[in-house]
Amino acid sequence: MGDSNYSKAYIQTLIDELKTSKIYTDLQCAAQVEIAKPTLRLSELKKGVLNGLVNSGWDRKLRNAIYRFLQTHPKLQFPSPPPEHLKEPLVFLRKAQQAWEKRILKSLNSMCTDLNIPLARKRPEKEQKEWAQKWTELGIDGPDADFGWEACQGCAYLSQFRPVYAPKDFLEVIIGLQNPNYHGSDTPGFYHLWGIVQVPLKVKDIDELRLQYSDMSINQCQSGIDDAQDIPSELFEQERVKLGKKVINTNHGPLAQEFSKKGCPTSMRATLWCQILAVELDEIDILYYEQLKTNVLQHDLLVDSLLYKDVKLTATNDDQYFVFEDFLYQVLLPFSRDTYVLNHFDYNSASPPKSYIRGRLGMDEFAVNYPPNGVIPFHGFAMYVAPMCFLYKETITLYYVFREMYVRYFFRLHSISSHPQGIVGLSLLFESLLQTHESDLFFHLKSVGCQPLKVAFKWLVRAFSGYLSSDQVLLLWDRVLAYNSLEILAVLAVAIFSFRKTNLMKVQSYNAAEAVLADLTTLQVIPLIQLSLFSK
Amino acid sequence: MARLKYASDMDKSVLLNNFETRGWVPVGPDDDWNFYWANVQSIRNVFSIDCGFRLTDDQVISHFPNHVELTRKDLMVKNIKRYRKDLDKEGNPLAEKDENGRYIHLDFIPQTFMLPADYNLFVEEFRKNPNTTWIMKPCGKARGVGIFLVNKLSQLKKWSRDSKTSNFTPPTSKDTYVISKYIDNPLLIGGKKFDLRLYVLVTSFRPLKCYLFRLGFARFCTVKYNASINELDNMFVHLTNVSIQKQGDDYNNVHGGKWTVQNLRLFLEGTRGKEVTDRLFDEMQWQIVHSLKAVAGGISNDRHCFECYGYDIIIDDNLKPWLIEVNASPSLTSTTSSDRIMKYKLINDVINIVIPPGQVPDVRWNKIPAKEHLGNFDVLYDEELAQQDVMGGDPRKLGPGTFRGKRDGSRPSPATWK
Repeated sequence: MGDSNYSKAYIQTLIDELKTSKIYTDLQCAAQVEIAKPTLRLSELKKGVLNGLVNSGWDRKLRNAIYRFLQTHPKLQFPSPPPEHLKEPLVFLRKAQQAWEKRILKSLNSMCTDLNIPLARKRPEKEQKEWAQKWTELGIDGPDADFGWEACQGCAYLSQFRPVYAPKDFLEVIIGLQNPNYHGSDTPGFYHLWGIVQVPLKVKDIDELRLQYSDMSINQCQSGIDDAQDIPSELFEQERVKLGKKVINTNHGPLAQEFSKKGCPTSMRATLWCQILAVELDEIDILYYEQLKTNVLQHDLLVDSLLYKDVKLTATNDDQYFVFEDFLYQVLLPFSRDTYVLNHFDYNSASPPKSYIRGRLGMDEFAVNYPPNGVIPFHGFAMYVAPMCFLYKETITLYYVFREMYVRYFFRLHSISSHPQGIVGLSLLFESLLQTHESDLFFHLKSVGCQPLKVAFKWLVRAFSGYLSSDQVLLLWDRVLAYNSLEILAVLAVAIFSFRKTNLMKVQSYNAAEAVLADLTTLQVIPLIQLSLFSK
Repeated sequence: MARLKYASDMDKSVLLNNFETRGWVPVGPDDDWNFYWANVQSIRNVFSIDCGFRLTDDQVISHFPNHVELTRKDLMVKNIKRYRKDLDKEGNPLAEKDENGRYIHLDFIPQTFMLPADYNLFVEEFRKNPNTTWIMKPCGKARGVGIFLVNKLSQLKKWSRDSKTSNFTPPTSKDTYVISKYIDNPLLIGGKKFDLRLYVLVTSFRPLKCYLFRLGFARFCTVKYNASINELDNMFVHLTNVSIQKQGDDYNNVHGGKWTVQNLRLFLEGTRGKEVTDRLFDEMQWQIVHSLKAVAGGISNDRHCFECYGYDIIIDDNLKPWLIEVNASPSLTSTTSSDRIMKYKLINDVINIVIPPGQVPDVRWNKIPAKEHLGNFDVLYDEELAQQDVMGGDPRKLGPGTFRGKRDGSRPSPATWK
C-alpha cells in the first residue's frame, strides 16, 4: 500500500484494527482451508493460497472491511490533535454545544421529577414476559394500556410527556451563536449577511457544488426521472438495471457508492445501501440485536416513553409511514440501549449525557451514560427511521442500516459544530446560496418578516423525512450516501424556494410564506436539484 | 361550456362540487336531466318494465340496469364459473389447467359455494380439508355487514336444517349467502392485513371499454393480523371495511388507515423486487378484465349507461391477487382530506370521460375519449380498438403473453394499459 494519501500511522491503525476484528480470524481459517486443498503445490504456496482466497471472494470482503474503516475514520493529521479538537476544533462552538446539552439534560431531569418517574427502572418478571410476547405489536399496547406500567393511571399517561426539544428550539440556539473574536455588523462597509446564522464558517459556493455533484447534471440520465413509467425503458431503465445487477454482484462498497450517484433503481436500493454502508449481517450481529432486545425487556427507560410519544406524534399520523409503526419501536428502543453508538461521540461535537446512580450524585465512579447510547431523542427523531421501512422488511437489517446512517450522517443534524455538513454549516450554506442566487426573493421575504431559514430549518434537521413523499426522500438519501455528504439537503431547500418563487414573492407575512411552502409532497426532487445547480 | 342539467340521488360534496365547478344546473330525477348520478334503487325504477321511461340521446346515467350480474356476490361467482367453463369448452389457451385441475390463468376467485343451494357440495369440500377457515357473506349486503368466519360445520346448522326439510322454501335473496375459502395467508405489511380498493370505469360492455383509476388505495386493519382461531370473532383483525375499522379504538382520522397504491408499489418493489411486483399488478389488471368479460354477455348494454365500480382485491403472501368482490356504489364519503381530494378527482375524471368536456352528451358517439381527458385513468381494455389493432383476430384468443413487453413507442396502442 504505497498510497501517499495515507500516512504510515494511519495505515498501521487500519491494520491493527483489522487484526482485532472478526475478518482476521475468518481469513486465517479460509487460508487454512486453502492450504489443505490437494491441488496446492508446495512450491507455489503463497500464490496458490492467495489465488484460492481471491476466487472464493475473500479479497472483496477484505476490501469492504477496509472501505468501511476509511469511511468511518477521518485521516490522521500530524501532529495529532487532542480529542476535543476531533470533536470540535472551535472553542466557542464547543462551549455552546455543552451549554445546550446542559439545558436538555436539565429539562429531562425536571420532567422526571415533575412526573415522579425514574430515569430507569428494572421491569418486574411479569411485565418482562408481557413485553416479550407483545414485542412485534408495541404500537397497539403501548404505555397507554394496562400493560404493567405501575405509573399508568389511565390513558393519559403518554400525554404527560413533552418532547425534550423540538427543532425550533434548537434553531433559537443556533441563531444565538456568536464568535467572540469576530465583530460583524458594526464596522461600516462590512459585508453583511442577511440570514440569521451569524457564525462565519466556510461553506461551498455553487461552482464547488456543481463539481461535487457533477454526476447529477442535466445531460446525465438519473434514476427517479428517466426511469419513470411513461418513458420507454430502452432509453435508460434497462441499461441501468443491467448495470445495477453487475454492481450488486461484485459486492464492492466503493463501486456501489459510485453507481448510486445517479440514484438507485427501487428494487436494488436496499442491497446497494447495505453495500455502501458495509452492513453485512452475521450471527454475531443477530445475537447482538437479541441482546439489545433483552435489555429493552429487562429495563424500562424514561427515554422509551419519549420515543413512544414521538412515534405517536409523527409517524403514526403520517399517511405514508403509519403502517410501519411497530417496526419503529423495534428499532428505536434497542437503539437507545446500544453502546456501540457511543463510539461516534469521538467525532461528534456532542457528548453523551451522564447520570448518576441514586444517591451518588457527582461521583464519577457511579456515573453512567444516559441513555446507554448517549442520544436523547427530540421531536421528529422517529422520522429518521421511517423512510427506510420501505426497504427492509426484516427489522434486524433495518436496525443496522439505520444505526449506520445515524452514526455517519444524521447525528450531524442536531449537534452544534463547525463541520461543513453539520446543521450550522448546512444552514449557512442554505442562506448563502439563497442570498447569492435568489437575492430578490430573500430580500422580499426578509422584509415581510420571514427569514427563509425559519421555514427551511425543520426540513434540514429531519433530512426532509415526512415532508417529501416517501419515494422522493429515498431518492434524496441515495445521493446523501453516494456523495457522502449532507450538503444536498441545503441545495434542495434552495431549489424549493426557487421553484415556488412566484408565489413567495406575493406573500406579505410569515404565515403566508409558510403556507406556500407547507406541502412538499408533490415535488420531484431530482429535477429541482438539477435546475438549481446546473441551469443558471 | 355547455350548461348541462344534472340530477343526483346523493348529496356528497365530491359530487356536488364537481357539478358546480362545471356550472351545471341541478334538477330533479323526474325532470330532463343530462347527467344522473343515481343510486341502485332509482336505477330499478328508471329501467323497470312498468314505470320506467325511455332515455333520450342526451342523457347518461351512472349504472347499468342489471349490474347485479357483477356486483352481487353470488351472481358474480356464477358468471365467472360459467365463463371459465365456456373458455374451457372451446379450448381457449386461457383456460389451461394444471395437474390438480386448477385453472392456471383464471384462478382468481377463492373457491366459493352458494348457500343454501350448494350446501352439500360445500360440506364435501369442507370434509376434505377440515382445518380450513371459510368466510360467510350475505349476498345482498355491503360494507361488511353480516359477515362472519366459519371453521366448524356446526356454525352452519341453519342451512343444513333447511336443506333437509321436506317442504322446500326457496330462499329469498335476503337469505342467500356465499361461502368462500378464507385467505388465511394474506400479505402483511407492518404485520397488518390490508385489501386493495381499485376503481374501474366501464362505459360499454359490448364492445368492452374499461378504464382503471391510478389512485387506488390499500385499506389496513388497525389491529395486527392474527390467524389463530381465537381471533376469528374479532372483526377488527379480519375485515378491512373502513366502516368497521372506524369503530376501533386505534382508528386514526388523519390517514384513515389508507395507503396509496403508489406507496404499496414502492414497498413491494423495494422489498420484493420489480419483476414480481410488475407481475402482481399485471395479474390484477387481467383479473379485472376477465371479470368484466365474464358478465359482458349478460349485462344489458344500454348506451346511456356507464358505471364506476369499486373492486376489492386481497393479495396473499405469495403475491397472488384474489378478487373478493365488486361494488356498484363505492363509497363517496371522504374519511380524510387526501381521501376527499382523491374522490373528487375520481368523479371529475369519470365525468370527463363519459361526457367530453364542454359538450352536450350524445350517446351515439364512439366512446373513445381523447387521451388528455383520461385524467388519472388509464385505458384498461378497449375491445373495439384492440380489434382494430389485431386485424380481425378474436380478442379473447389473445393470452396473457401477448400484451407483455410492448412498451416501445413505435406502437402507441390505446387498446390496453400497455
